[in-house]
Amino acid sequence: MVRSALGSPREVVFVDGVRTPFGKAGSRYANTRADDLIVKVIRELLRRNPSLPADRIDEVAIAATTQIGDQGLTIGRSAGILAGLPQSVPGYSIDRMCAGAMTAVTSLGAGIAAGAIDVGLAGGVEHMGRHPMGEGIDPNPRFVAERLVNPDALVMGKTAENLHDRFPHLTRERADAFAAASQQKVADAYAADAIQADLVPVAVWADEGGWDLSSADEPPRPGTTTEQLAELRTPFRPGGHVTAGNAAGLNDGATGALVTSAAVADELGLSAKMRLVGYAFAGVDPALMGVGPIPSTERALSRAGLSIDDIGLIEINEAFAVQVLAFLDHYGIPDDDPKVNPYGGAIAFGHPLASSGIRLMIQLARQFSERPDVQYGITTMCVGLGQGGTVIWENPGYTGEGSAA
Amino acid sequence: MSDSLLPDFPDEVVTETKVHYVALPGGVGKAALLTLDNGRDHKRPNTFGPAGLASLETALDKVAARDDLAAVCLTGKPFIFSVGADLSVFRQLTSHEQVLEIGRLGHRVFGKLATLPVPSFAFVNGAAMGGGLEVALHCSFRTVSSAAPALALPEVFLGLIPGWGGATLLPRIAGPDNAVTVIVQNPLTYNTMLKPKQALALGVADVLLDGADFVEQSLAWAASVVSGAVSVERPDATDDEWTRAMARAAGIVAARTKDVPPAPQRALDLLARGRGSVADGFAAEDQALADLTLSPELAASLYAFDLVQKRAKRPVGVPEVEPATVSFVGLVGAGLMARQLAVLIAEKMGVPVHLVDIDDDAVSRARAALTDDLQGRVAKGRLRRDLASRLQEQITIGTDRSALAEADLVIEAVVEDLAVKRHVFADLEEVVRDDCVIATNTSSLPVSLMAKGLRHPERVVGLHFFNPVAVMQLVEVVRAQQSDDRSIATAFAVTKQLKKSAVLVVDSPGFVVNRVLIRLLSEVMSAVDEGADFATVDRSLDPLGMPMSPFALLELVGTGVAAHVVGAMHQAFPDRFASSTTLDALASGGFSTVYDAERGAPAIDPAVATLVPASDAPPTSDDVRDRVLRALAEEIGLMLDEGVVSSAADIDLCMVLGAGWPFWLGGITPYLDRCGVAVAVRGHTFHDGIPDASR
Repeated sequence: MVRSALGSPREVVFVDGVRTPFGKAGSRYANTRADDLIVKVIRELLRRNPSLPADRIDEVAIAATTQIGDQGLTIGRSAGILAGLPQSVPGYSIDRMCAGAMTAVTSLGAGIAAGAIDVGLAGGVEHMGRHPMGEGIDPNPRFVAERLVNPDALVMGKTAENLHDRFPHLTRERADAFAAASQQKVADAYAADAIQADLVPVAVWADEGGWDLSSADEPPRPGTTTEQLAELRTPFRPGGHVTAGNAAGLNDGATGALVTSAAVADELGLSAKMRLVGYAFAGVDPALMGVGPIPSTERALSRAGLSIDDIGLIEINEAFAVQVLAFLDHYGIPDDDPKVNPYGGAIAFGHPLASSGIRLMIQLARQFSERPDVQYGITTMCVGLGQGGTVIWENPGYTGEGSAA
Repeated sequence: MSDSLLPDFPDEVVTETKVHYVALPGGVGKAALLTLDNGRDHKRPNTFGPAGLASLETALDKVAARDDLAAVCLTGKPFIFSVGADLSVFRQLTSHEQVLEIGRLGHRVFGKLATLPVPSFAFVNGAAMGGGLEVALHCSFRTVSSAAPALALPEVFLGLIPGWGGATLLPRIAGPDNAVTVIVQNPLTYNTMLKPKQALALGVADVLLDGADFVEQSLAWAASVVSGAVSVERPDATDDEWTRAMARAAGIVAARTKDVPPAPQRALDLLARGRGSVADGFAAEDQALADLTLSPELAASLYAFDLVQKRAKRPVGVPEVEPATVSFVGLVGAGLMARQLAVLIAEKMGVPVHLVDIDDDAVSRARAALTDDLQGRVAKGRLRRDLASRLQEQITIGTDRSALAEADLVIEAVVEDLAVKRHVFADLEEVVRDDCVIATNTSSLPVSLMAKGLRHPERVVGLHFFNPVAVMQLVEVVRAQQSDDRSIATAFAVTKQLKKSAVLVVDSPGFVVNRVLIRLLSEVMSAVDEGADFATVDRSLDPLGMPMSPFALLELVGTGVAAHVVGAMHQAFPDRFASSTTLDALASGGFSTVYDAERGAPAIDPAVATLVPASDAPPTSDDVRDRVLRALAEEIGLMLDEGVVSSAADIDLCMVLGAGWPFWLGGITPYLDRCGVAVAVRGHTFHDGIPDASR
């Protein structure tokens, strides 16, 4: 057994994760509040894990990038109250932009490893329809005046174009091919019922009136071809590379997960779908934020005493195809390696910023359950303003036997 | 609906039925999710008029024609399921045939929920009343949200019956005894509504689900019913249960209405048909609805309902001037009434209250009584401990009047003696600010005389609260001759903050409620003086269905107080308020009641019975009733002529809220019009046509 990289004897496990179906920004969730989305997730987590008494939750950490309005008011606390958690359960909010939910899990995990808490409820929500990217931001003029960052740093699409410049062999064609494959993998995963079981349906008020039910992701475009993708324009740079087809969209959604100490999971009869091995975050040039997962993965692997060759499954967030390709290129992993995003990624599912980190974990956990031959996997993602985050997970069902289908 | 007998209702706010098709969880198939939605926010709840029913029918026909559904589910817009029939539509119906048609229309449309090829579910997400609950009863199953504020079939309260299937279906769904509770008992008990938990306990709903994800979990529950994982048992009631339930219902109706108004009787009749066929039940509902809708009792009830719901909330005659800001209230006197007022004011207005009494003894007694009262309520779980602490701190009691120097409002609640009250006011004026509003809680003394001689008589008003203060909704705001608009506006603002209903009354003996009740008592005592025996007199008003017989009222008031007040009214109006030798004898003889102490009401104390003078031709029960009604018509007519209130509606509002007079009498003036007494006494009716609470 690999000890926690935190040097603590307390093992941390990922018990369960669920999420709302993701929507296109301002579309099916146009009349649904962000806090209501995360409330549905919290309640579903408790329903799915009936042996966990709600008052055993020691902390609720909910991430959102734009923490105003229905994503403000210390959403980690307010969502707990709205979800009907006991008043005694505290909560707080987290922001690390796209890696918010991932940071919620690692923060709670650290607390568990340190013995401060036993049970944490992590989550993330982003309603980009109600809160467009950059809403209410007020960048310090020194950023520009003192050239602290390249002005591109605040426009994620431009940072992706910059990656194509840095790595000219990562062409638009490769990006489009990766994107088309992502759409296909999501369609296949849906067909195999690998996604639906971890979605909590959400009743939504339709624009024309009346309740409707959101029970599957809205953004995927099954059947997307590289030919179709090649036709798309490049909004961030004339004659550039990055299109709406090879990048994640603007989305609404919420995710949540239960993390506990391994001992408490045993005590309460909770499943342990993944064991936390270690994690790391790392900073990079904000104008090239897409390379973030490379140093964060290096750091996490090194602390855990593992190498990339030990990693059998990689869930990497597809903010942009090129950013995934840069990561794979760094490690010499083929673009179409089946261990990378086997169910597809954010290019198809969508990327409601702060919520995405737990979507990666939900998918890795389900893959672990189907892959007793895989011992380790990672979830990793790039983060605006130049960061990367990586979490290494161990498969509790690892037997060393069996193999990928 | 081209052949319809129904008129057009261009003003109907149409509740449309929106249809969406959703996947039931667990892969058990597809459901049609129907939402009742009038397109307005929660302040304008969903209702059913002809166009709304047509929209629901269209939706149900559409989903019935599909062969790919596993369930049909009906819910409401956020916060509201449906509050039932659009009453404004019912008020426009003029013929029996029209009402029959709207009854049948409701049955036809709602009935389609029961004849779908798949199970139907009502997801009661918010308020569901009357026809709104009935549409849910037509469904095969019902979920209810913990967030729903109330569920009810209030028709009998209003003078109708649940006529779109409720009376027939509920006993079959919830059992006869629970149906009696919902259809008869609750409406006749201050129109009590069901909380979601009670709806579940009574079987009105099959499952209670949390409001946070109610529609989602309702769909999940529906899926588990469709899949067979969950089944709902509805055991058949035995004959014995039916018999006992019907007997209980009849007892409730007799006790609450004296079997006078027609609606509860029709409800009993419909419930009794519970074991017959549903179709016959629906047909009987149609007939009952048609009969009741055009009845004078319903017109009076709807008028009374509007009095309480609308007029009471927007009193007529409030001056349009800025009221004083009241942040410190003084009370003179620390007796029971004063302490009740202090607690009410401190609790509802959240301001400090200081009570002044004459000496240290009175003060320490009052302090002890206040503490006992508050702690007693805490011990019984009727008052939160923190609130009791706050009240204990905010209510202070002392002997020094100068403590009221900064009061914005001072209310006197000392003994009912004009000279004492004038003395209190004169003393008060020495210490309070010039703009302090001074109010009296007198029930019968002339407020204008109390104000007379003050440096600032314009600040004096009457605030007549009824006992017990916490329970009685009515406050008579009395305008003295000298009262200025600011003082009156302040009195209204304060009553509103206290969540009471205020009626503006011009200073005159007895104001409204006491003048009417004392005239009634004076008439019945005169009948006794003329030889009518107590029992006959006490039963004489039974055909009206008043909540209290005359001598029950006398017992409540107390014979001593009654004799005193009748005497005072006799002084004011010697021609109409006769002083009664029998009443004086009761008071001086130490009889607190006419009823027998052992056997209780309505048995008369034999010693009291001997007080009735012998007569060759004592007044009959009919004589007494006729005499009382004529006297009421006369007195109310005079009050209107004198301008005591602005309209008959205010008198009816006072009698409904202050004396509990029944809706089906409309207070009293609609009844006086209907029975011909108004015309006989005054030459004309109180109302021009159908009584209107807004006039």
